[in-house]
Amino acid sequence: MEWNRREFLKIASATTAVTAFGGLGFDLRPAYAEGQAAKLKFTKQSTSVCCYCSVGCGLICSTDKDGKGRVVNIEGDPDHPINEGALCPKGASHYQLGNNDRRIQKVLYRAPYSENWEEKSWDWALDRIARKVKEARDGSFVTKDAKGRVVNRCEGIASVGSAAMDNEECWIYQAMLRAMGLSYVEHQARI
Amino acid sequence: MTNHWIDIANSDCIFIIGSNAAENHPISFKWALRAKDKGATIIHVDPRYTRTSQHADVFARLRSGSDIPFFGGLIRYILANNLYFKDYVVNYTNASFIVSDKYDFKDGLFSGYDAEKRAYDKSSWSFARDDAGQIKKDPTLRDPRCVFQILKAHYDRYDMKSVSSVTGTPTADLQKVYQTYAATGKPEKSGTMLYAMGQTQHTVGVQNIRAMSIIQLLLGNMGVAGGGINALRGEANVQGSTDQGLLFHILPGYIPTPNAAMPTLAEYNAKNTPATKEPQSANWWGNRPKYMTSFLKSMYPNQEADVSYDYLPKLEPGKDYSWLSLFDVMLGGAFKGFFAWGQNPAASTANANKTREAMTKLDWMVTVNMFETETGSFWKGPGMDPKKVKTEVFFLPCAVSFEKEGSISNSGRWMQWRYPAQAPRGDSKPDGDIIYELFEKIRGLYAKEGGAYPDPIKNLNWDVATNHAFDPHKVAKLINGYFLKEKTLKVGDADKTFKPGDPVPSFALLQTDGSTCSGNWIYSGSYTDKNNAARRDKTQTPMQAKIGLYPGWTWAWPVNRRVLYNRASVDPQGKPYQPEKAVIAWQDGKWVGDVPDGPWPPMADQKGGKSPFIMTTEGMGLIFGPGRNDGPLPEHYEPLECPVGDNPFSKQLHNPTALKFAGPTEVHASCDPRFPFVCSTYRVTEHWQTGVMTRNSPWLLEAEPQMFCEMSPELAKMRGIQNGEKVILESTRGSLWAKAIVTERIQPFTVLGQTIHQVGIPWHYGWTWPKQGGDSANILCPSVGDPNTGIPETKAFMVNVRKA
Repeated sequence: MEWNRREFLKIASATTAVTAFGGLGFDLRPAYAEGQAAKLKFTKQSTSVCCYCSVGCGLICSTDKDGKGRVVNIEGDPDHPINEGALCPKGASHYQLGNNDRRIQKVLYRAPYSENWEEKSWDWALDRIARKVKEARDGSFVTKDAKGRVVNRCEGIASVGSAAMDNEECWIYQAMLRAMGLSYVEHQARI
Repeated sequence: MTNHWIDIANSDCIFIIGSNAAENHPISFKWALRAKDKGATIIHVDPRYTRTSQHADVFARLRSGSDIPFFGGLIRYILANNLYFKDYVVNYTNASFIVSDKYDFKDGLFSGYDAEKRAYDKSSWSFARDDAGQIKKDPTLRDPRCVFQILKAHYDRYDMKSVSSVTGTPTADLQKVYQTYAATGKPEKSGTMLYAMGQTQHTVGVQNIRAMSIIQLLLGNMGVAGGGINALRGEANVQGSTDQGLLFHILPGYIPTPNAAMPTLAEYNAKNTPATKEPQSANWWGNRPKYMTSFLKSMYPNQEADVSYDYLPKLEPGKDYSWLSLFDVMLGGAFKGFFAWGQNPAASTANANKTREAMTKLDWMVTVNMFETETGSFWKGPGMDPKKVKTEVFFLPCAVSFEKEGSISNSGRWMQWRYPAQAPRGDSKPDGDIIYELFEKIRGLYAKEGGAYPDPIKNLNWDVATNHAFDPHKVAKLINGYFLKEKTLKVGDADKTFKPGDPVPSFALLQTDGSTCSGNWIYSGSYTDKNNAARRDKTQTPMQAKIGLYPGWTWAWPVNRRVLYNRASVDPQGKPYQPEKAVIAWQDGKWVGDVPDGPWPPMADQKGGKSPFIMTTEGMGLIFGPGRNDGPLPEHYEPLECPVGDNPFSKQLHNPTALKFAGPTEVHASCDPRFPFVCSTYRVTEHWQTGVMTRNSPWLLEAEPQMFCEMSPELAKMRGIQNGEKVILESTRGSLWAKAIVTERIQPFTVLGQTIHQVGIPWHYGWTWPKQGGDSANILCPSVGDPNTGIPETKAFMVNVRKA
């Protein structure tokens, strides 16, 4: 697999460079080829799948080997039988999700009636959320319905989400919500 | 999808309706164009000319909300011209079934309607049975009470002229589409139907899909290569998240959620396990108790299944808990707390202003995302005074897809494994770790302090981490399932003994006696001796290579079957109808090709053969579909907000069972001169959903920076609007601004003799970012929904457009 991909990249760099850089008046092919080679030499490659629509296009992520272990490039996986290396604009912009200063990097908290966010630690936030969950659940738990039938429901908490999670995350999320007795469990598939 | 992306290339005719595949699933179009290169025809039917239309051989416009007349006309055309695939229809569908005497349809209403409850008693939508309990049939299809004849009579009203008057499609275009697509009824031809939210986001959404299914069954297009009903789903893992039961009505693997009328597991099983007297029906859901018990054992391995069944919350029978109801209940102040996990409902929910107000009634909200969202920051959004909003908000930052490990499932049901390529940025964490750590804390509190009914929390299987980090492999193994006790079972012809901890090789071996667990039976087989979702083997047999089948590349549910209902692709002797692109074939006493829909011999084998539609109780494709809430056959009703006062097909203007709500935010404007234009929402290539990820990606934002409204030159002239000017759109629920794009891609329709204008708007924007980007289109959309699914009607509603 690995060898095939490298072969592919070699061929691709030779052929696409002609069309991509032709007409500039000087030859960029050697620089382009060097760039491609550097990507393989100085990065570790791993495969992924696009996070946007449901076509499921394969990606190759290149991670900086010597620096801070950051992704330096993401492109289509030529071995993947669905996209065969191609990506749409969204797929091709993956890199900007990983390296983006607009990412929220701290736990944020907004107190009642406050006009601002405050930064908090994970421990502080999860402790407080757990306490809030327990209060809401214990205060709204219904053992029997109006007809006297056993229902074991927590009626004071609702959840939406998420198709943005992996299967394994979705499964434990539903397990947690159902163990708590939630009935209002919904997500993107409904809308 | 019944089929998969690569399979589109096998089609002779690709019918795209309610989808703009070229722009919204761009890579899917590689396969549509490859089919076209081989001589296939592409049909696109849409209110708007798009890049999908540009590639189509046949393009036809229809007014938003008139799909059922369009399809009804096609059904009538197929039947009137004898273009259906007769052997397929007789052998593989319920066309020959005799319908109960009590079933009736009169002037837009099916038998059993209760106007007070706005609901049907569905008992008359059933079949006549003989003394042995078997369904009466007429294989000649001549009996006036057989499904085939009832179908014919039902759609007789949908003649070309009436259809055209409602859809606004010129009859010549209708004729062209009908003629082209009906040609796939020949046994050697296949046609595929591709759709997206353009079909589902209607108060008749499910019946739109039913209409397509009927067409595909009549033409023999189900189960074959290049055929099927194919939903182009909108999110990378929305297939998987649905499979894993993150909806109120289903547990993982499409097992119905228990309700209060099913107090014990035995009663649950009695009510949810279909039985049949049809000798050749596999009735696969007859196995449901095995899957339910194995699911309960995955949640609570140390409890008897009867006990852990008690742990599960029970719904109130007949009550709707779906999305729109959830926010209606929230607005009423019934919830203390709310999780908005990886989702942005303040921008994605129809009637967004109502949703945003509902959030002010919460005591607390936990929201998990990568970027600021309109949901997390709702308290400082337009029209909000933070000093008056009590809601406590926790924003938990999560990792992106390539900062964690796990699997996602695409529309073609391929479960594909992903690897981490970098550490989560800053303090962000994978969702799995956040869930794991949060529940550790909750469990800790219950262990220490007790509380309301603590047993389901204390006993939940929470062995989902290794060294306090969420372990996707552990959970994937649990979802696949393993043995909990030693068990000797027949595998093929031999006995095999499984030890505790051994993975279950397939759901065929799941048990009701508690000896197996499986978090999700349809994923059984995904993680056995190895992680099959991580496979990258492109080996194919020559037969598989012909149709682009890669059985060794990742894994597809169920049991790595790539084309569902593939037993319908062969004749009753097991011979492929389309030998050049065979999916399966019966050769020398076994099946070759794809994994067949069950191991049994072909249907002609009277003793062991089975009918192809194994998930239906009777084994047949459901032309007459008794299970839905709004009728066994699709019938045209106008959207709840529509531009016409009459329905030429009946006296029922709207779906009499549509989901709606009461209150000041629920005013609907039909034929209201203040809101004269039909509006539809849609997507663009460069953005995704509410735009949280794409609006925050600079390359994408630069390409599509702000909210716009597409309108016809005629409408622009009427309202004095120039291309590029700012306009205001308003509905009874709210208003927003957009930049006018005046384009001939949109044209007025002639509907029931009047000129009807339609406009279109993307829904990707929100007030948080960019600052001059505009707000969510959902501010305009009504909170009304389909009576089966509750999906909101965001594809057809009424607005006004004026110069800002």
